[in-house]
Amino acid sequence: MTTHLPNSFAAGPDDRGHFGPHGGRFVAETLMPLILDVEKAYAEAAADPAFQAEMKGYLADFVGRPSPLYFAERLTAICGGAKIYFKREDLNHTGAHKVNNCIGQILLARRMGKTRIIAETGAGQHGVATATVCALFGIPCVIYMGATDIARQQPNVFRMKLLGAEVRSVTSGAATLKDAMNEAMRDWVANVEDTYYLIGTVAGPHPYPLMVREFQKIIGEEAKAQIKAKEGRLPDSLYAAVGGGSNAIGLFYPFLDDPSVKIVGVEAAGHGTDTEEHAASLTMGRPGVLHGSRTYLLQNRDGQITEAYSISAGLDYPGVGPEHAWLKDAGRIDYVSVTDAEALDAFHKTTRHEGIIPALESSHAIAQVLKVAGSLPQDHIILACLSGRGDKDVDTVARAMGKEL
Amino acid sequence: MTARLSRRFAELKAANRAALVVYVAATDPDAATATALMQALPEAGADVVELGMPFTDPMADGPAIQKAALRALKAGASMDATLAQLQAFRAVDETTPVILMGYYNPIDSYGVERFAADAAAAGADGVIVVDVPPEEAEEITPALKRHDLDFICLATPTSDDARLPKIVAHASGFLYYVAVLGITGTRSAAAEQVARAVARIRKHTSLPVAIGFGIKTPENAAEMARIADAAVVGSAVIDRLAATLTADDQATPETIPTVATFVSDLAAGVRGARARA
Repeated sequence: MTTHLPNSFAAGPDDRGHFGPHGGRFVAETLMPLILDVEKAYAEAAADPAFQAEMKGYLADFVGRPSPLYFAERLTAICGGAKIYFKREDLNHTGAHKVNNCIGQILLARRMGKTRIIAETGAGQHGVATATVCALFGIPCVIYMGATDIARQQPNVFRMKLLGAEVRSVTSGAATLKDAMNEAMRDWVANVEDTYYLIGTVAGPHPYPLMVREFQKIIGEEAKAQIKAKEGRLPDSLYAAVGGGSNAIGLFYPFLDDPSVKIVGVEAAGHGTDTEEHAASLTMGRPGVLHGSRTYLLQNRDGQITEAYSISAGLDYPGVGPEHAWLKDAGRIDYVSVTDAEALDAFHKTTRHEGIIPALESSHAIAQVLKVAGSLPQDHIILACLSGRGDKDVDTVARAMGKEL
Repeated sequence: MTARLSRRFAELKAANRAALVVYVAATDPDAATATALMQALPEAGADVVELGMPFTDPMADGPAIQKAALRALKAGASMDATLAQLQAFRAVDETTPVILMGYYNPIDSYGVERFAADAAAAGADGVIVVDVPPEEAEEITPALKRHDLDFICLATPTSDDARLPKIVAHASGFLYYVAVLGITGTRSAAAEQVARAVARIRKHTSLPVAIGFGIKTPENAAEMARIADAAVVGSAVIDRLAATLTADDQATPETIPTVATFVSDLAAGVRGARARA
């Protein structure tokens, strides 16, 4: 294939859901008519000012948007280099960026007349956000969650149940996010008539990667206006954690065509990319087809998907959204990875020096920021996505410190 | 249609009966047992063999076939092993059509062109790729055509009259009607519903129509054999196989005879179906 630089990095996907060679609609025939329905309904909703106004209303009054852009003064001083700003998605209702997408999709599901919601969750943030919007609108929901994740994210499991969701434990495979997604798809195939699958990240078949990006790009749109108001200019670099990649694409997308802005996605290196226990699909994987789209995957030489590992349940996924795959190939975004240990260190530093307990997912982005900030000039502006709060992770962190709560 | 497949459907049409299609997963529970089991299927009464290509993430499959794939992978399943099993089968059986069934990633990883060439050389007649719908069929159909392999397409209860032409446009060999909304090996469809769906499908294609998903007993198979040109049984066969294994998934002397007996029962159902009708 010949590669030529596009006029815009923000133009994709094409009408078949392809971002270059990535993306697409690799699903069983049973689901295909549904996918086409979702695509059509989404296109109509996106063009409908009433839908946009309704969504905006909920984002303001229910979610609490806009989320603040916060100058992390003490971390900046400690690093002694670039100015560090955090986009505070942790301050959203339900504690993470996930709810932005859930508001958009639940309104779409209602518009489509669907009466039952299913979702997959890893860390439980998307499950909580889905259960929350389902409670808001009185729609029954079933959340698929890997048994391994259920064990390490008990507080979120209980929150989902309090909100009225049924949490179904998935025991196949490594019993984490990938397996939860398989099980959600199996449910959807069996319940196509009344059920809407509320996917939590920019993965899955078209139109999900497009749609979820559109619902998350508010992160970057707000951040762009906020940094201009505070600093009078664009940031020099952006950082966000990448599992499936929804908070990252949300922050990055509105900056893709600003060539002065360096963009860095941070994957989970787990115990190290020199081991087999990591979740760095973009930096260590190769393209393949899983969960409806072509993208970078962790897989063996025979095309079998290998298990991802990260201390962060939200990053523990062997694939990544197809738009990230394309932006990697196009060279627009640099993808790097940080280990569990580095993320934990960033978790502690942010907690102790800023009074913010970040999610372990977000701690990966912060870890990369802390690595580079000191070597950058003081007039360099870093903007990182603090995608979620870390209350859900205190048990995991305690265990990593050798303590039991 | 490939020669073997068209000959088989022509013979069955002349005999006024439907085909029994039996699904087994390659390398399940181990390479030697799977090879011997596959070779026993035609004599037990299978008219067509569907050979599953194991995949870690079989999204359209229920617990039986999920477990079969995991057993196989644990026993060393790979595309090479699947094709070797097929080649061994062809050494003893020149006439029974074999359809390779699986998911796209192992094919994509192997290389589509190389897969088509090697599958044809090993003796495959057609390919079913569950997660390649008509919208993505161009990924694979040119290579399959070059190597004279049929692309068996799935139609489902959600494939309406507007969509069926799109499916049929890519299909060859036969059309596989997924009788239920759901995954393999779970619920069963009502015969009247399936009959209506098959009648609708026949308006769009002259290809033979096979019915699969949820056929569990010789009686089910007979019912479907009265309606369509073939009945596919997978999970129920795998369940019989799994029941003979040791606690750590090793084959026992009962494994092959148990499955063969069940396939004979299914075949009796299918063969007697129209005579009784």
